[in-house]
Amino acid sequence: MGGVTDRWARGGRGTALLAVVLVAVLALAGCGVTRGDDGGENRRLRMMIPNAPGGGYDQTGRAATRVMETADLTGRFEVSNVTGASGTVAMQRLVNERGAQDLLMTMGLGVVGATYTNGSDARVSGATPIAQLVEEQEGLLVPAASPFETVDDLVAAWLADPGAVRIGGGSSPGGPDHLFPMQLAAAVGVDPTQVNYISYDGGGPLTTALLGSKIDVGTSGLAEFEGQIADGSLRVLAVSGEERLAAVDAPTLVESGIDLVFTNWRGVLAPPGIPDEVRDAHIALLEQMHATDAWQEALETNGWVDAFVTGDEFEQFLVEQDERVATTLDELGLP
Amino acid sequence: MDALLTGLSLAVTPENLLYAVVGVLLGTAVGVLPGIGPAMTVALLLPVTYNVEPSAALILFAGIYYGGMYGGSTTSILLNTPGESSSVITALEGNKMAKAGRAAQALATAAIGSFVAGTIGTVLLVALAPTVAEWVVVLGAPSYFALMVLALIAVTTVLGSSRLRGFVALTLGLTIGLVGTATGQPRLTFGNPLLADGIDIVVVAVAIFAVGEALWVAAHLRRRPLEIIPVGRPWMDREDWRRSWKPWLRGTAFGFPFGALPAGGAEMPTFLSYVTERRLAGKHRAEFGKGAIEGVAGPEAANNASAAGTLVPLLAIGLPTTATAAVILAAMQGYGLQPGPQLFEAEPELVWTLLASLFVANTLLLVINLPLAPLWARLLRTPRPYLYAGILFFAVLGAYSVNFQWFDVALLVLFGVLGFAMRRFGLPVLPLIVGVILGPRLEEQLGQALQLSRGDVSALWSEPVAVVVYVVVAALLLWPLVLRLIPGRQAPERLADEVDELEEEVRR
Repeated sequence: MGGVTDRWARGGRGTALLAVVLVAVLALAGCGVTRGDDGGENRRLRMMIPNAPGGGYDQTGRAATRVMETADLTGRFEVSNVTGASGTVAMQRLVNERGAQDLLMTMGLGVVGATYTNGSDARVSGATPIAQLVEEQEGLLVPAASPFETVDDLVAAWLADPGAVRIGGGSSPGGPDHLFPMQLAAAVGVDPTQVNYISYDGGGPLTTALLGSKIDVGTSGLAEFEGQIADGSLRVLAVSGEERLAAVDAPTLVESGIDLVFTNWRGVLAPPGIPDEVRDAHIALLEQMHATDAWQEALETNGWVDAFVTGDEFEQFLVEQDERVATTLDELGLP
Repeated sequence: MDALLTGLSLAVTPENLLYAVVGVLLGTAVGVLPGIGPAMTVALLLPVTYNVEPSAALILFAGIYYGGMYGGSTTSILLNTPGESSSVITALEGNKMAKAGRAAQALATAAIGSFVAGTIGTVLLVALAPTVAEWVVVLGAPSYFALMVLALIAVTTVLGSSRLRGFVALTLGLTIGLVGTATGQPRLTFGNPLLADGIDIVVVAVAIFAVGEALWVAAHLRRRPLEIIPVGRPWMDREDWRRSWKPWLRGTAFGFPFGALPAGGAEMPTFLSYVTERRLAGKHRAEFGKGAIEGVAGPEAANNASAAGTLVPLLAIGLPTTATAAVILAAMQGYGLQPGPQLFEAEPELVWTLLASLFVANTLLLVINLPLAPLWARLLRTPRPYLYAGILFFAVLGAYSVNFQWFDVALLVLFGVLGFAMRRFGLPVLPLIVGVILGPRLEEQLGQALQLSRGDVSALWSEPVAVVVYVVVAALLLWPLVLRLIPGRQAPERLADEVDELEEEVRR
């Protein structure tokens, strides 16, 4: 018996050491992650992010909560990443928390598409719209040595043999990089089902494929490609928004004679079934956030275009987007 | 060289040194915890970049990255609970060594191997990054597919004594890898959106290794006499060093290029290193599966070298090849820095400080972890009921922290029962893990290659690298046949197999 106790005692020191090291390190981690105090209004809100840390929604959501916290517009935010099925899992959770007055969720066009491709019933139109925050234009990228000089060259080749033009994007089917070439195809008279779209796992692999000329055209937001565009290894045929981008010397699609405006966007939703005054309070909070210098700074450093729309106008926009995505995916025969 | 010395002098300022220490400790901690990886930690620390100098933030992140690659080995060896997918292989031999009272040696060879590989890797990074052109983007899906076929064929040679059991385990692994909607169509998701992204490899590995073993031990606790884990010596002896240094170098040779390749990753080189060491082990071959030090030294060197390799395309052309590198890129862009050839000209001080801090981080890892190895090893002296309770707690915590969902804990229990059943029926674990990791990637590259060629199968051997790899695969497959034609060579091979089989019978 004594032997066992003795062994346990010696083992215990090792365990205690392990515990101390872990606690110390986690405490250090804590210092980095949870800054700020319970100042400002003592209202504590939760912000749900529908993808992994480091992704687009994560950066937007965390930038917004950070601005609200440091400007003392509200108490501390509890930010949680709920990953799964390109945001469908998070969307389902938002709808399940019907009536929760302290919950917000960052989302965007990709989540709208994912709810369809994953056959989920938790549609964005079922939640309470709060505000659209930012938008990002898509660009048509080609490698420096590509034979395509203008969008017309691309369209001509596409019409001649739709499957021969290999188009890659950084999102899975239903995401912005996939919806954009499909809508573009429909706009120029190419059957979307004939489009050869190859899905890459984000901007990194897509850059690789473009630089190695494995694909003919890439469709993506341009922020991740600044370096390659600046040094000339990638060219932009056109951008998809209403106006040209300041940083990129490329025409819009409309200027190139194609009747299509397409933007990826991100915004904030609340669960369904919350009282009107809570919805108004959320909207007021985001309006205050939008007015801060810190938010304008965040927009600039991240290369996001300000696209602040709230309440009914945002709701109208969501309904339109929902229908448009449904139509596009329907034509493709995706569920 | 001057530039590097300048960088070194900047990296060892007290402030930057502090960031390096914090980064290395944090990295080790997240490497130890299954489920929380360096990518997530760096992402969560991104807001820090708003408050500190770019060089300090990059040093912190690099420390986390290197630390994370190393930290995963500790729990793999001691608790049979891999913290990261790249340290799964380490658990195979490392935990067997620990049970034989050689935990301190396993931890030491992992620490020193990581240091050696990290240092060589960083030297190669310094030498190659400024000059490397676009060669890393030349390889396309056909080449990656060929490389993965090679990895798969190579590991089937270590399927264990019974080929049939090995293939059953491999099939199970490939089936688990099918779960998800990666192809656009849901497969084996049973309509559950939580399964749409597939099953996290960390959950599977922790369940099969740790939970399966805890159940196995629990089932036999009363029937078997208490096995006391021998204390063993605290340090590596001459023999350990002699057996470790070559695997360290070979592991580095596998890890660095795979890290630098856009779709290489840290797992494949650990497989290849393990298989190679097993083949080259000579008279120690019989120790494989029972705690061979080569099987820890090689893969641990490989995963650290791949971390250094990853930074080559990141710094040279701004190309992130892993999740962690992608987040580091986001941080650099947050500072308005665009990695690429122009970064070396525009911000030489920053780049060289970062490179120098990698050396510092590596040295810190060794200094901090080597003296701890004998201390960690004493953890195993905890009585088994407490030890396994601790392991189960750790496993559940890890599975839960992957996505913070109870669903992953349910999966953990399910696969834990599978792990128990595999031990009961003598199925080897490695082929299953390899199937889970390589299966989906193999499919992705095949799909991409065929989509790019519009279904033309000949595209698969359209790249020179792919052709070379297929030649190697053919050689691997034909070599045993050639050996049989040479009289005298086949006997020991067969004998070893038979000994394996006999021993396995005895074990059951």
